[in-house]
Amino acid sequence: MTGALPTYNFAYLDEQTKRMIRRAILKAVAIPGYQVPFASREMPMPYGWGTGGVQVTASVLGPDDVLKVIDQGADDTTNAVSIRAFFAKVANVATTTRTDEATIIQTRHRIPETPLNAGQIIVYQVPIPEPLRFLEPRETETRIMHGLEEYGLIHVKLYEDIAQHGHIATTYAYPVKVEGRYVMDPSPIPKFDNPKMHRSPALQLFGAGREKRIYALPPFTEVASLDFEDHPFQVQTFTAHCALCDASGVYLDEVVTDDRGGRMFVCSDTDHCETRRAAGHQGKGLPQHGHATSPEAAE
Amino acid sequence: MYVAVKGGEAAIANAHRLMADRRRGDRDVPALSLDQIAGQLSLAVDRVMAEGSLYDPQLAAMAVRQARGDLIEAIFLLRAYRTTLPRFGNARPLDTNAMQIERRISATFKDIPGGQLLGPTFDYTHRLIDPAMAGDGPVDEALRRERPDESGCPRVTDILDGQGLIEPDIPGDAEPADLTREPIEYPVGRDLRLQALARGDEGFLLALGYSTQRGYGRTHPFVGEIRIGLVDVEIDIPELGFAVNVGGVRVTECQMVSQFKDVAGGEPRFTRGYGLVFGQSERKAMAVSLVDRALRADEFDEQRLAPAQDEEFVLEHCDNVQATGFVEHLKLPHYVDFQAELDLLRTLRNEAKAEEDHTSLSEAAE
Repeated sequence: MTGALPTYNFAYLDEQTKRMIRRAILKAVAIPGYQVPFASREMPMPYGWGTGGVQVTASVLGPDDVLKVIDQGADDTTNAVSIRAFFAKVANVATTTRTDEATIIQTRHRIPETPLNAGQIIVYQVPIPEPLRFLEPRETETRIMHGLEEYGLIHVKLYEDIAQHGHIATTYAYPVKVEGRYVMDPSPIPKFDNPKMHRSPALQLFGAGREKRIYALPPFTEVASLDFEDHPFQVQTFTAHCALCDASGVYLDEVVTDDRGGRMFVCSDTDHCETRRAAGHQGKGLPQHGHATSPEAAE
Repeated sequence: MYVAVKGGEAAIANAHRLMADRRRGDRDVPALSLDQIAGQLSLAVDRVMAEGSLYDPQLAAMAVRQARGDLIEAIFLLRAYRTTLPRFGNARPLDTNAMQIERRISATFKDIPGGQLLGPTFDYTHRLIDPAMAGDGPVDEALRRERPDESGCPRVTDILDGQGLIEPDIPGDAEPADLTREPIEYPVGRDLRLQALARGDEGFLLALGYSTQRGYGRTHPFVGEIRIGLVDVEIDIPELGFAVNVGGVRVTECQMVSQFKDVAGGEPRFTRGYGLVFGQSERKAMAVSLVDRALRADEFDEQRLAPAQDEEFVLEHCDNVQATGFVEHLKLPHYVDFQAELDLLRTLRNEAKAEEDHTSLSEAAE
């Protein structure tokens, strides 16, 4: 607004609010996978654009932290740029695009390819924290279901997928069970990233601003993706390599290069791609035609 | 090509610069002043203050200007500022009985003590675009009436209450709930419900209120009274031991007299729906009072069947800042998740095709 307004506190939120959020985070860490209600504040960015993640980051951020912000795996997507600029302005912290240099990583929809280390914090932006929400729209009901560990409904949903399509038709925001107790929404990361949550040495925090919920996975938490004995959980596999850095076994974005079916597959994780290119790896670079995943790729 | 799908700081800065240019418009036309907006678009400013939950006409006018007249965007600006303000304490309950009334009507009685007072209203105007609005011709000063004896305008619901015909107002000294400070836990109290409705989107609540009139949670409403005017805001100062007047706010209050009910161990009485909003907005105050009454279904052992009676549905979806954020977040990149869906769809299509080929092959063999 105008220059007449007072300047903001370190990392925007006032200290009382940070204290309230840290209490919620501590509770969340104490009960892995449990959604802790918190008094989410109105933030200067829209709901659904990372207000939960921003509040969590603001509450754990210190002046010595090095912050990385990604969206779709990339540091240079518009919303990641905007959130990084926000913290650079209101907290004056160092920022980086390097996964291994960051102490806090705020993310939307991806977990970096570079494995996280002890001491790092990854903050997920969560739109709908309730894994049962699309099966039962009422919060009053889903809280009871979690309380009673009544998760039959979600297994029925996965079973119906298999009956209908021959596959579990959930490809992202794939539900997980935490320490054998709470079913948790991993945020809309592709299920490709689910195994990275399991026993990660990093602290994983999840913030849902509009829905006013925080949950957490302390380091080395058991995280199992829901499945069946005869239909075990499988991640996406890509037959293509990254056109820029030739990486395989990573998550790729499909880039449409022309209107005649031209496609190029490139790393979704831009830091991973740049690091590889700096180390001398080079992809084919040329558009590849047709469909680059194996038929049995997606489960 | 690859670069084109990625954003960047320069692109964002340029977009914001273009937006500022469009906001200002033709530089040969004088810029709107805040006084013009607050004075001549006052109902827009009122809506921004009401749904922004912050009574400050100058700041709201600034937000309207910054938002290029997009009121939900202006509400968002005001909310994001409001959230940073310290809380000094709770005001005493507003005494709308002591309102300096500008408008006051009742649909339940032909005449009431203090009289019906039309005030500044669009009602009974013919909605013909006035060619005079293209210019800036002289406008007559409004007429002034004698300042009435304020005690002579009792609330219609108080008159009914005096005869025991309506459920009584129950004064309470409990600290009011505040959904901006505590997460909502259902079921909620009526105080929190009314707070949510007062901040709620006018259009959404209007539609919900309307739906109760069309049979989705019917409440048999009568407008007991609508009054608009200035009320004093008083706050208790513990150090002083008495309440201090900290200013006045213009509010619209609607008391809806609704379906009578048997109260436990007593005679049947009318029930109430209540709406109070900042500024002048009868549409909003009336919609709130209809929805408030519909949401009280449990209190009166009414079956909750209609959307307007469903507390979680109404409260979770009435906030336009939340709604607009989440709807509009769909324009953020989703290509990682879309890639995952593409991948599955292609797999399913390949399998279906393989099965089809297999079937036609075996048919050909036969």
